[in-house]
This record gives sequence, structure tokens and C-alpha cells, in this order.
Amino acid sequence: MTGTPTIPPLTGTVTVDAPIERTFRVFTDSFGSWWPAEYHIGQADMANAVLEPRAGGRWYEQGVDGSECDWGRVLAWEPPHRLVVTWQINGHWQYDPDPERASEIEVRFAADGPDQTIVTLEHRHLERLVDGQALRDGITGGGGWGAVLEVFAKAATNQA
Amino acid sequence: MTTNGVEGLGLLGDPTRRAIFELLARRPSTVGELAQHLPITRPAVSQHLRILKDGGLVVSRAQGTRRIYRLNPDGVTALRVYLDRVWEEALTAFSKAAQAAPVDPDQEDQ
Repeated sequence: MTGTPTIPPLTGTVTVDAPIERTFRVFTDSFGSWWPAEYHIGQADMANAVLEPRAGGRWYEQGVDGSECDWGRVLAWEPPHRLVVTWQINGHWQYDPDPERASEIEVRFAADGPDQTIVTLEHRHLERLVDGQALRDGITGGGGWGAVLEVFAKAATNQA
Repeated sequence: MTTNGVEGLGLLGDPTRRAIFELLARRPSTVGELAQHLPITRPAVSQHLRILKDGGLVVSRAQGTRRIYRLNPDGVTALRVYLDRVWEEALTAFSKAAQAAPVDPDQEDQ
């Protein structure tokens, strides 16, 4: 076995016209109010998504039928500056409870004056979500990282 | 943002192919459904899909008389592009929500 190849992390930045405390609060307490409802994994339509406000807390969706589906766990809870959660949804859009196969999302909040906040997001350890052989095939096959990164860079710039 | 020494644009370097890929990131589709969103013929869509399938980015399965195409769930690039889209939309939605959020007097009006 050779070492597991890594996938470059995804990064995104958005500047919000709101103070840092409010920005952090909306991201976390009101997570379900802004998360795009089409991105969910439960069988039922999504009614809400919840990010519990503490290290070790759950991150999960609630279906309109009352069912719950986990997405990950809160690893670091440092209001109003930093949040780290796991993302344990694989390419089959299923929750994988094995922490060895958990990717991580780190969100940093930086005040840019009293009424503006820069939010930087990094989604890393993506290789943990993917089967090892598929990962090697994907990387050696040269699936077009340049284009992928270019598309994302454009999207991120448009948001800035 | 760096490209980590990637060579070339590969399978997604073609703008039409990239458009097809992004449509499939939104939802699994048939050739006909894809052609409705693109200024090219169905045979041309099929040809691009064949290249994306050969490259491992897309898979298909028969459903009755229809053939449904979707992103390869085991594909590294497919996963990454999909998550790109998730975060792009999520951060945009978040930014709007945070700017529209009511001010909390306990925390901010002091």
C-alpha cells in the first residue's frame, strides 16, 4: 500500500455586511433558516437543519415527517471566531458513522470593521469520503482539477 | 487558491461538457432533459456524455425505456464539484440571511 492521496480542500470566502457576533449567530443558531433545503439526505423533505452549539454537538437534518438524519459532529465551538464540524456524507449521499471517514469543515469569522465580517470556509480531508481505489483512479486519471478549481474560484469571486 | 500543479483542463475543459456536468450535479437527467437546457442537439449531448462516462465522472442506468445519467458517486472529481456547488449556494444564502437578520439588542446595541 502506498500512502493515501489527498484531495485539495475546497475553500470559499464571503463578506457579510453584519457584525461578527450576529454573523456567527446566524451561521449557527439559525443554520436551518439559510441552508439550501434541496441539499439534504433524508427520504422525507427537509423541515429544518440543526447545528448544536457546543463541541461534541450533533449536526443533523429534521424531515417534515419528524425523522432525523445525522450529517456530522461539532469538533470546535469558539464563538464568534471559529467553528469546526465534520461532514460525514459520502458520494452516495449517505451518512457514514465511521469517524475515520469524516471530512472536516472549518469556518472562520473575522471582523472587518464594526459592521462587516469576512467568513472563510475550508472543507478538507475530502479523500476520507471516497473509496481508496476510486480515489487513486480519480487522481491519476487527471479528472480536470484545473477546471474544477477555476469554476470554484470564479464562484467565490462572484460572492466576494 | 492554487491548482496544485494540475496539468491541463482535462475532461471538464470543454465548456459544453462542463455545463452538462453542472446540470447533472443539480439532478440526474436523461439526454432529452439535458438537451432542453443546452444549445446543442441530443446526439451531441450523447457524445459528451460518453466522454464523461469514459472518464469516470458520470454513470448511467436504465429506468424502463429511459436512461438516466448522474454524477459518479465513487468519483473524486464528481464529489468535489458537487460539494463546490453546495458551498457556493450555501454561502450565498448565508450571506443574505446574515445581512437580513434582526439586530440582537443584548449583543449589539450597547
